[in-house]
Amino acid sequence: MTAPVPTPQDAAVTLTVMAAVASDSNGAPITPSNVPHSGAAANPTAAVLAARFGDAVIRSEVIWGETTVFVTREALHAVIRFLHDDPGERYDYLVDVTAVEYRDGARPIEVVWHLRALGHRRFLRLKVELPKRGPLWVPSVIDIYSGADWLERECFDMFGIRFEGHPDLRRLLLWEQYKEGYPLRKDFPLTGHVEVRYDSEQQRVVYQPVTLQQDFRSFDFLSPWEGMTTLPGDEKVHLNRLEGPA
Amino acid sequence: MSQSQAIAIPGQEPETVRHTIEGDSHTINFGPQHPAAHGVLRLILEMKGEVVERADPHIGLLHRGTEKLIEHKTYIQALPYFDRLDYVSPMCMEHAFALGTERLLGIEAPERAQYIRVLFSELTRVLNHLLNITTYALDCGAITPALWGFEQRETLLEFYEAVSGSHYHANYFRPGGVAKDLPAGLEDKIAAWAKKFPDFLKDLEGLLTENRIFKQRTVDIGVMSAEQAMAWGFSGPCLRASGCAWDLRKSQPYDVYDRMEFDVPVGTRGDCYDRYLVRMLEIRESLKIIDQCLKQMKPGPIKLMDNKIAPPQRGEMKRSMEALIHHFKLYTEGYHVPTGSTYSVVEAPKGEFGVYLVADGTNKPYRCKIRAPGYAHLQAMEVLSKGHMLADAVSVIGSLDIVFGEIDR
Repeated sequence: MTAPVPTPQDAAVTLTVMAAVASDSNGAPITPSNVPHSGAAANPTAAVLAARFGDAVIRSEVIWGETTVFVTREALHAVIRFLHDDPGERYDYLVDVTAVEYRDGARPIEVVWHLRALGHRRFLRLKVELPKRGPLWVPSVIDIYSGADWLERECFDMFGIRFEGHPDLRRLLLWEQYKEGYPLRKDFPLTGHVEVRYDSEQQRVVYQPVTLQQDFRSFDFLSPWEGMTTLPGDEKVHLNRLEGPA
Repeated sequence: MSQSQAIAIPGQEPETVRHTIEGDSHTINFGPQHPAAHGVLRLILEMKGEVVERADPHIGLLHRGTEKLIEHKTYIQALPYFDRLDYVSPMCMEHAFALGTERLLGIEAPERAQYIRVLFSELTRVLNHLLNITTYALDCGAITPALWGFEQRETLLEFYEAVSGSHYHANYFRPGGVAKDLPAGLEDKIAAWAKKFPDFLKDLEGLLTENRIFKQRTVDIGVMSAEQAMAWGFSGPCLRASGCAWDLRKSQPYDVYDRMEFDVPVGTRGDCYDRYLVRMLEIRESLKIIDQCLKQMKPGPIKLMDNKIAPPQRGEMKRSMEALIHHFKLYTEGYHVPTGSTYSVVEAPKGEFGVYLVADGTNKPYRCKIRAPGYAHLQAMEVLSKGHMLADAVSVIGSLDIVFGEIDR
């Protein structure tokens, strides 16, 4: 392997390099207070990807100093293969694979890959958007990173996203016979569907639909003071205002 | 193996069917109630005699749906769940979430709070490594380290109790600082402890490092090369033992780690013994950091002055109506976090612990993905133990520092 990976031979060199503080272009340390919400310097990899893969790279954005590149599902495997193999990039570490589903039915499910280049000290987030009504699959990257195995299985387990090419895509954290759906989807209730109890008459554990002893409490914390412009009993206040009652 | 019969077809000689049955190959269940499984690991081992052919870890027995629960809690209520992930190093887990929330809010903890956090992160590292090294030695047949180490852990847990009121479920690091300042005299106590702790380390090393039996059980067992370790997503001491000098405290320092001087111990062979050595050396580095923290720390505020995010002082609430309202709003509604997402990461004692937070502008995290270091380590179990003896699988599990709170979440 030719990666600029710190190995014991050049450990001394590596340590001096790593002693440098992560800093912005002005040399100030990067802290939450000096990274803007958006508009921080993008990871140079984003531009490389856009130039190389053209239309397959949909867009990229920088939020809180972290670069996200949106790619198409078809190109994803080639993009990650390029990022892993190209000597200028060498993203040799797959941090995480996960998904985000939005309550808005029209908004697609995002599958998220977090990659890191240890040698270049870069961090990149890749996203693939899957329309909810379409087939939920993305290519597996287990042939590039061995560690993708359980990460992809968990994502399948929790969201029902199929990773095509994964040799052993079974449920991981839940048991294999679990049939109630995908727990981290937003339409899956927090309480689940089935509860388990010991039935002393039948002398065994029984499964039954969830019965709640009290209603499930979910408070809407949106402050009434922000939404309501007229308080009860306070209607006259608008007479003194220019804009009038809303 | 099922017995099939040769079917005799009239007019033809019955074909001879020969079966080979290997009586030596068998499958055993390791755990979930095995003391060396470090929790609820169910490991299916396919053995050929005494040699491991396949190892298939079955996890999820401690799955509590933490990520789903956090989606239904406010940011303040979500924090205690992190103590229950890696319950051996609770404060480091909180640290990742606190940093993520701070990043999303665009705030930064005051300097003293950052020092306290680094101080307690390092105490946590000692706490975690003490538990790991001693129970690991216990798995390899040495009982004394566990007896000695747990006594030392008790001292450290008392520091935990002094600041947070609890030995384990601390809920101490908060977005915007820490919950409370150090009680009077604690800094001196920690300094005194840090001064005499190397003596104990010497004793512990005397028991293990050159111990013939311990070395026979660990040297050249479960070898992982640097490339393999990276491909499997290893981090922390397990990655460094394989010879990759990667430490997030150095490469992307958070809080005041950039002001600390310490070295990153790196292994050369990547076997179980190196993972032990790296942890042992890391404890000494942690002591250095603890020393520097105590020297550099100055009195000052320990949480943000903004009462929209950090609760007001108790005394102030007795006098000020505004403080009372802030307190009420903070603990019922919490604060609203602007839309955005961040992956915040800390170098936890076990490795890279990250939280991918997605905020949608409400007072609850919209999505909170927890990246646990042990998860990546355990999935390499088969690669590490293949071709080794059954007893070596125990050493491998011990050296990986597995805690099921964080793996199953």
